[in-house]
Amino acid sequence: MNEDLIPMLLTGFGETLYMVVLSTVAAVVLGLPLGVLVVITSTGHVLESPRLNRVLGTVINITRSFPFIIMIVLLLPLSRFLVGTTLGATAAAVPLSIAAAPFLARIIENSLKEVDRGKVEAALAMGATPLQIVRKVLIPEALSSLVLGLTLAVITITGFTATAGAIGAGGLGSLAIRYGYMRYREDVMFATVLILVIFVQGVQWSGDRLARRINRNQHRLG
Amino acid sequence: MITIDSLNKQYHTPRGSYHALRDVTLQVKKGDIFGIIGLSGAGKSTLIRCLNRLEEPDSGSIVIDGREITGLATHELRDARKKIGMIFQHFNLLDSRTVQGNVAFPLELAGFPRKEITRRVAEILDLVGLSDKAGSYPAQLSGGQKQRVGIARALANHPEVLLSDEATSALDPQTTRSILELLADINRKLGLTIVLITHEMSVIRQICGKVAVLDRGEIVESGPVDAVFSAPSSATMRLFLEHSTLLQGSGAGI
Repeated sequence: MNEDLIPMLLTGFGETLYMVVLSTVAAVVLGLPLGVLVVITSTGHVLESPRLNRVLGTVINITRSFPFIIMIVLLLPLSRFLVGTTLGATAAAVPLSIAAAPFLARIIENSLKEVDRGKVEAALAMGATPLQIVRKVLIPEALSSLVLGLTLAVITITGFTATAGAIGAGGLGSLAIRYGYMRYREDVMFATVLILVIFVQGVQWSGDRLARRINRNQHRLG
Repeated sequence: MITIDSLNKQYHTPRGSYHALRDVTLQVKKGDIFGIIGLSGAGKSTLIRCLNRLEEPDSGSIVIDGREITGLATHELRDARKKIGMIFQHFNLLDSRTVQGNVAFPLELAGFPRKEITRRVAEILDLVGLSDKAGSYPAQLSGGQKQRVGIARALANHPEVLLSDEATSALDPQTTRSILELLADINRKLGLTIVLITHEMSVIRQICGKVAVLDRGEIVESGPVDAVFSAPSSATMRLFLEHSTLLQGSGAGI
């Protein structure tokens, strides 16, 4: 009975990892511009536009209101359109990234908002364009906080993959439900949870370490 | 030469609007160190920030070296700003960049080639006496050193004018003195026009040639520092003078 457990877990973990990486990349591609835009269109910022700001804020809030499992169902047609199927890890990455993007946008917004206004003003006084301010001031100055935010997003997406697993995405979540829950295989349940715990710890540890590394120079006293 | 003509700026708050600047008219000659003094809330900061349009004036005009700043479109304003250096009370350095990186920043924005940037940064760090700190981060510097980096950054792209927004207000008296000496030195060496705002008489006394007194958004007095100090015509200036002689007097009397 136990011989099949290891390869099964390995495949499951591989699928989970694949979903997490793919969805995170897609969520960053969607969420980063969204988060940046929300910040720079806010009142008094470099591309002030109250109307656009309100629209973006509303879009983010609405997308974030959907329970993830509902989001998956709603986005089934989109998954079929983009990937050709509604089953499997790649298809699951569609709702995963769309659900994670607005969440990530809010995290990015919070990080970028922490950048001192004086720094932005100094750059404006030197003739910087809004794009230069984003690339050379906001993002580098908020980098360690952005890394921590991304860590949080990766962990949240990992949690989402388990939900996606329940309705055909594969991965460890799917194993836990199909074997652990439906067939009373406590060993499978235990092993999947253990792997997820270790994985999340690892992600958090790496994120903390990277953020500290970025921060070290900036706050080292000499 | 900087010519400010009937500049007005109003702020609208939920509790009503007030005039931050009222018909401000001033002339600053090329190569001058021009001080604008006033109590807090007098509109000094608004005035100096109008010069590079970090604040938009409601009406009036600002002409710097023949170019009407108040009439520039966004992209023209960006170009003009590259030739107007500015230093700040809280330095506003980028913490993620070294001293070298901070001074290189305006040159990167202006699109200089890398080699040229390296050369210019070394030259300007030498001028402000920070060559040995090129690789340090702002967090590792003292307040005075940070302001020297601020000055180097402001001077990097050969500006015609330097705006100083309370640049010494966060520094102790000795550091203030050395920063002011540096500014006077730069003014002599480069012939750079400096406009500074302050609430400290000692700053005006130490380096300014001309002074204007701002009170509730209006220029109440202006002229050469010697003349204004010996025969103040405004109540605000008399108050400033009284305070500073009082402080000196109490020291001498002990």
